[in-house]
Amino acid sequence: MNDKKTLFDKVWDSHVVHHIENGPDVLFIDRHMVHEVTSPVAFLGIKNRDIEVMYPEKTFATADHNTPTINQHLPVEDPLSANQLRMLEENSNEFGISYWGLGHEKNGIVHVVGPEYGITQPGATIVCGDSHTSTHGAFGAIAFGIGTSEVEMVLATQCIMQTKPKSMRINVEGKLNFGVTSKDVALYIISQLSTSGATGYFVEYAGQVFRDMTMEGRMTVCNLSIEMGARGGMIAPDEKTFAYVKGREFTPSGKAWDAVMDYWETLSTDNDAQFDKEITFDAANIEPMITYGTNPGMGIGISNGIPVADAKDSGAATYHKSLKYMNFNEGDSMMGKPIDFVFLGSCTNGRIEDFRLFTSLVKGRKKADNVTAWLVPGSHKVEKAIKEEGLLRILEEAGFELREPGCSACLAMNDDKVPAGKYAVSTSNRNFEGRQGPGSRTLLASPLVAAAAAVTGKVTDPRELMELETA
Amino acid sequence: MAYDKFNILTTSAVPLPIENVDTDQIIPARFLKATERKGFGDNLFRDWRYNNDHSEKKDFVLNNPIYSGRILVGGKNFGSGSSREHAAWAVYDYGFRCVVSSFFADIFRNNCLNIGVLPVQVSPEYLEEIFRAIEANPNALLEVNLPEQTITIKATGSQESFDINPYKKANMTNGFDDIDYLLNIKEQIREFAGNRPL
Ligand code: SF4
Repeated sequence: MNDKKTLFDKVWDSHVVHHIENGPDVLFIDRHMVHEVTSPVAFLGIKNRDIEVMYPEKTFATADHNTPTINQHLPVEDPLSANQLRMLEENSNEFGISYWGLGHEKNGIVHVVGPEYGITQPGATIVCGDSHTSTHGAFGAIAFGIGTSEVEMVLATQCIMQTKPKSMRINVEGKLNFGVTSKDVALYIISQLSTSGATGYFVEYAGQVFRDMTMEGRMTVCNLSIEMGARGGMIAPDEKTFAYVKGREFTPSGKAWDAVMDYWETLSTDNDAQFDKEITFDAANIEPMITYGTNPGMGIGISNGIPVADAKDSGAATYHKSLKYMNFNEGDSMMGKPIDFVFLGSCTNGRIEDFRLFTSLVKGRKKADNVTAWLVPGSHKVEKAIKEEGLLRILEEAGFELREPGCSACLAMNDDKVPAGKYAVSTSNRNFEGRQGPGSRTLLASPLVAAAAAVTGKVTDPRELMELETA
Repeated sequence: MAYDKFNILTTSAVPLPIENVDTDQIIPARFLKATERKGFGDNLFRDWRYNNDHSEKKDFVLNNPIYSGRILVGGKNFGSGSSREHAAWAVYDYGFRCVVSSFFADIFRNNCLNIGVLPVQVSPEYLEEIFRAIEANPNALLEVNLPEQTITIKATGSQESFDINPYKKANMTNGFDDIDYLLNIKEQIREFAGNRPL
């Protein structure tokens, strides 16, 4: 071992309040986001112990998981959902936490609004009771999802207990092919590593592809870290990162900005620092991706066939169960498979750049008649930008409607449920059985692949439509 | 929330030889609307357990009366997916105190340890041995000995040891949780916070 540190080491080590002999580290948390679903029992715990929230100004609450995406100005119909929302508001008020509820101009999906308002900052530790908290790693933060007991710990003491994970660096070198997006990069990596390939690790993404990526693209990649089993993923902050965070509401300014910049500029992995595992991929091998099964690791390049299982493999039975659920066969081509729904949204692909991509492809075309499309912005800020940039007009001309912000069909806790047996091409992050509604069948893909499916009514390689344009 | 102490558990087990059992299967999102930690066991494996008309799916293991016990034995990569602690609550509330698998997803493992369900990770070969023992005799007893960190198939005596962090082990055997520990070092935390740049 040498004394060289990885980016992850630097941020982690500077947040250890106390190390328990033969046990976990007590880790200080800079920013905590809460939402209505995983917080009520934690607040109840605080009340039962008759204690206060230690640093209410470090916790931010938004309503997103359970909220309707139409008619948000009306009372929420489902009494259980309405109750969760009311509890979050009451708890936030009682303990002095900022609450961005339904209709609030800053409302949106936790992992979309955090960066938008500068809550997400380089070198911070950020947690939330949602596994896709890994999104915030795009800024060089250590960010990961926690359970409700840990939400209670953070409320009570601004700390959690964590054993330091192992480190992994994933490099993707070269330049991305035409029509390949950050989502495809992430789905490709997961398909190579499997959904447990990074379990026990915290990932740093490095290489040309990530340096070239926009902040939105980096967020999409870090968001999906959890789908390869990793605790989280992060990317060293650079000029793009600093430019993104500068001037946002909760970003330090003036002298404080100079002080944090001194810290932020140290946030990169030292040359010769050791990782427990290191993998390198070549960008040239990545094409637009789509999933065919019931976990995010079951993805293929869109022009490939569904793999044939090795009968000797212990996982063969699980694999066949999965294909049976999807009603697909080994060897099938994905191209041309008819689809019923398209979902553009979620904390994975619900940002303005995702709407720009989707719109660029449907522009001048028409939504296929057999497709129901749910276009759900990640936040009010995204919704506003869609309107201001003129994307809404183009989408409407193509036969699409825009819904109001929220998690929506990503986890289908609200009414946005894909019916049993129907196929949805979704830009979200999970294709588990029933994830988008009982019996629903999900094909995960990029906004471009979703757009191509939306206008053709079947799985289509977006490059075919894009090439037509440039030709 | 404090929970019962865990020492030695000897019981039959319920086999679920499926890989990548994710938290959406353990408890689907639509059952996450409660604001108290109550009744989640009823919806454990909801969509595998019940038809749309709420009748039982006869071929699912939890509906098969020959299997019972306080240990759930699952396939590789158990508990992947969401951070919902509700999944661990559902397992606990149904009556399980221990889950055995050859591999666990991180957050699920943590959540289990935080609420008093012991995750026991065994080798793939030993997992197969357990499945075979239950297949041969649905009432086959397993003994999970936390102080010794061993798991034993009683009929054959075949045994394997398992890892657990010593701090977490002490918590489980004493029924303590992390919050008690953290509240005790609050002054140290306050001092640390005062020196933070952010
Ligand atoms: S969009 Fe989906 S993954 Fe993201 S926070 Fe909401 S439910 Fe979680």
